[in-house]
Amino acid sequence: METVVEVKNLVKKFGNFVANDNLTFEVKKGEIFGFLGANGAGKTTAIKILCGLSTPTSGELNIAGFNIYTEREKIKKNIGYMSQKFSLYDDLTIAENIKFYGGIYGLSLKKIKEKTIKYIEALNLEQYTKKMVAELPLGIKQKLAFMVSVIHEPKIVFLDEPTSGVDPITRRQFWDMIYNEANKGTTIFVTTHYMDEAEYCNRISIMVDGKIEALDTPANLKKTFNSNNMENVFIQLARKATRID
Amino acid sequence: MKDFIIKEFKQIFRDYRSMVILFGIPIAQVLLFGFALTMDLNDVHFAVLDKSKDEYSKKIVDKINSSDYFILDQNLNSESEITKIFEKGIVKEVIVFESNFTENFIKKGTANLQIIADASDPNTANMLVNYTKAIVDNFQQTIVTENSLKGIVIPQIEFKYNSELKSVFMFVPGIITIILMLVSAMMTSISIAREKELGTMEILLVSPIKPIQIIVGKVLPYVLLSFINFMVILILSFWVFGMPMDGNMFLLLVEAVLYIVMSLALGIFISTVSNSQQTAMLLSMFALLLPTILLSGFIFPIENMPQILQILSNIMPSKWFIIIVKSIMLKQGSFIDVWKETLILISFTVFFIVLSIKKFKIRL
Repeated sequence: METVVEVKNLVKKFGNFVANDNLTFEVKKGEIFGFLGANGAGKTTAIKILCGLSTPTSGELNIAGFNIYTEREKIKKNIGYMSQKFSLYDDLTIAENIKFYGGIYGLSLKKIKEKTIKYIEALNLEQYTKKMVAELPLGIKQKLAFMVSVIHEPKIVFLDEPTSGVDPITRRQFWDMIYNEANKGTTIFVTTHYMDEAEYCNRISIMVDGKIEALDTPANLKKTFNSNNMENVFIQLARKATRID
Repeated sequence: MKDFIIKEFKQIFRDYRSMVILFGIPIAQVLLFGFALTMDLNDVHFAVLDKSKDEYSKKIVDKINSSDYFILDQNLNSESEITKIFEKGIVKEVIVFESNFTENFIKKGTANLQIIADASDPNTANMLVNYTKAIVDNFQQTIVTENSLKGIVIPQIEFKYNSELKSVFMFVPGIITIILMLVSAMMTSISIAREKELGTMEILLVSPIKPIQIIVGKVLPYVLLSFINFMVILILSFWVFGMPMDGNMFLLLVEAVLYIVMSLALGIFISTVSNSQQTAMLLSMFALLLPTILLSGFIFPIENMPQILQILSNIMPSKWFIIIVKSIMLKQGSFIDVWKETLILISFTVFFIVLSIKKFKIRL
């Protein structure tokens, strides 16, 4: 299996504060990799470094086969990103949003049109096409944001708490979309606070105080920590935290 | 890039608040200043010191008196009365005819009259004088054509109490400067801060689009809109105030574009240090707009400021732009007269662009 994310000894310091303490992990092609941790554990810092929004203090990183220090432009073409905050433009219509994001990734007009039709059909948005995104329900917005984040068919997509504030049904549908994308060979790197979502991942890492404390499949983690659900595993680990958020 | 600009335009036009700031405020300001300062020129009282009391001088007085703008207050008998009557404050203009006015006109071909205006309200004074001149000109034309004479009336103009007419039209260059600063700097800083606040900036930075493309894409629509704004203000000030437009308009436009780009660079710089739209707005208001209004020489003459503020005023880009606009619009200055100020503006522009690009990269 091809390795799409390769992180060796990643350290990120803000002054004396060590946000990421010597992280080492790998993510394979088509894998759904869950990135868990309590608030302030250093997840967002790590995901920002992987996306190129922030530079590491030290460490070796390869994303989609490219070096993070020297081949940043190539990385950018091969990754998608969906942030905690809603990332579409409220004052543009669905089609305009798709066109804009397609445009900045250099997609051809023909391709953008194809995608637009596909997305609108997939989300049953026919009656919303002329409306501003602001008028859409949150769940649909989030699904649309996810589709837009993979519009350029990236090798890997980073989702930073994509389902926060969404109802359980929509979350379920959202995860169906994630599986669909993963089946096409896209690697999914996802952070979440929902433990049931953690179970959907192929492998998960749990961060505590800037370190990765556990990294395995959900089944193995449950076995190791001798509990029957992920929530229990998470709490056992997160209790060790000495940092106060 | 193209997509970026299209998107930006759509967002600007859909956001009624930005449309109000972009076009509503400038127009309202210009009109406000226009009507506050352009007093009603109906029935302005004037006095006459007629040393000849002959045919033409009487005809001119009648003509002025019969226009809607003027009312003859009284006839004066000596020069010494002129100051007195002005001091009473009702008479705003005195017209003095030389002796033998008609004879001089017919025989010598030139007749002199003097228009003395109370320039304590410089804008009104200037308009009064222009109206009077127009009436006199008109009279001269009719006489010349009717009687096939070759005479001309030479009006001498004197402004009393504010002889250099210091603040006449001063506020138009000032208001152009302030509005361009407001629109350009504030609008760009807010629009970039909005992308940051909403989280879309992160998505843009993760994408292959380069920071410089983001900046240019953000700024270009505002360059265009600010330029249109500038034209609107110019046209309005021409209509509402009769602002002279004899200067080199092309030079003025080029300087305006330079100033707009400078303000936009400043706006980008502000946005790099603010994370929310509110911060950007407050920063533009207090760190930019107030000093601009107070220190640029727009309202308070720089010469009258304490030394330290005079020195401080030099770092106000708007001060230099006001000088340029005044020089071009009011003194028909050419590039040679404003090259120094232009150079200073260019330096400011380069400085802010370099600073904000550096900051922009570090910040996100």
